[in-house]
Formats: sequence, C-alpha cells, structure tokens
Amino acid sequence: MEEIPEEYEGGIVKKFMYVNRRAPHGTIYAQESLEVVLVGAAFDQEVSIVFMDDGVYQILKDQDTSAIGTKNFSKTFRALEMYDVEKLYVERESMQARGISEDDLNVPVEVITSEEIGRLMEQHDVILSF
Amino acid sequence: MSIQINGKVLETDEEGYIQALDEWSPEVAEYMAKEDDCDLTENHWEVINFLRDYYDEYQVAPAVRVLTKAIGKRLGKDKGNSKYLYQLFPYGPAKQACRYAGLPKPTGCV
Repeated sequence: MEEIPEEYEGGIVKKFMYVNRRAPHGTIYAQESLEVVLVGAAFDQEVSIVFMDDGVYQILKDQDTSAIGTKNFSKTFRALEMYDVEKLYVERESMQARGISEDDLNVPVEVITSEEIGRLMEQHDVILSF
Repeated sequence: MSIQINGKVLETDEEGYIQALDEWSPEVAEYMAKEDDCDLTENHWEVINFLRDYYDEYQVAPAVRVLTKAIGKRLGKDKGNSKYLYQLFPYGPAKQACRYAGLPKPTGCV
C-alpha cells in the first residue's frame, strides 16, 4: 500500500485570506464573508482577514443597527479569537483616508500598508474577496 | 413548519429552529425537549442559558468546538468537555442546545 505523505495526515490545512472591502450594511457581502470565515475556521483551516477600503467600517466600535433593522454582526468579530482566528489586518491607507484610528475599532488588529498586504497575499493558498 | 406554545404559533425552519429569536421563552425549550424525550435538568439549563448569553454578546451560535471551550472557561473543565455535553445533548451539544435556546443552527455545523 502506498504510504500517505505526512503532510496530508488529518487533512490538508490551507492558508485562507479573506479580503473585506465593503461597508458592513446595505449589502450582504460583509455578513456573508464573516459566515464563510466561521465555517472555514470550524474546519481547522488557517485563516487571516484583511479589512481595506470601506471594509474598515465593518469593525468600527459601538455600531447600532436597530434603526435599519439589520443584525449587528460587528459583535461577532469579537468571537473570532475563540475560533482561533487571530490574524486580523487593516490597511493603513484605508484607515487614514477615512480618519479612523485603532482606538475606533472593536477588535485588536495589525495595521499594515498596502504594500505589506500585497506580500502577505503571496503567502496564502486561497484569497477570497468580498 | 411551526410549533405551538401556550396558544402562540412560532415559525420554525425545516430543522426545528425557531425563526424569530425574540419569541423564545423557557417553555419553548421545555416543549422541544419533551418532543425529544429529554428531561431538562439544571445542567441542561446551565448550557441553554450560557448559549443565550453568548448569542447576546457575540450575535453568533457557536460551533461545537468553540462551545466546549467557552463552557470550560465559564463553568469549569469538568463541564467543558465533549463527554459531559453529549450526555446532556445526545443529538450534538451545539445543534440541540442551540435549538432549545432559540438560536439559529450553529455556523459550521453540518
């Protein structure tokens, strides 16, 4: 019988990167992206998330969606740590353009430049943009 | 699909999860448990109440692995393990307990 290469034992772990580029409410993209992240994490894949462009608004503190009748899923980003999703990156340029600082965000993130994001993308197997 | 509790009709999805989270009451859990031939003890309620708090805080029904870990943190190691939770909820601790707690089906559970 052929021997199974060691790296396949217990299934292949791929490095997934989710790129969130849209504002949280108004379209379903942001919420669906988060759903996919949670599913991927439940299957023990390696996950990192990038917030850029209007996507940085997804993790703003103190969101209140009661007046627009949508779910305030920004709270769910705070649960990601328990799903072992700990690599959250925000693009510096997008934050600066919108006057947002790290204190305005509801989860701990790493702020990196557009160039650094480019390099990070090269290290991932799967990149999904929402 | 729907269930009837105290003369009030609650819509459920095809797997029995109630659709409107704010329509939940402890009677919902009692009713669902009875249908499953399950007697709800204090230990069951501890998990159900934990899940409701969890959902309130994070707006998500935790996957079983996360639930087990989180229960361990809050209620101690002797409760934060699969064996204990499966004894209470043999249909799958996350799926069954979330249904009783009036939450959606956990994300990532198939």
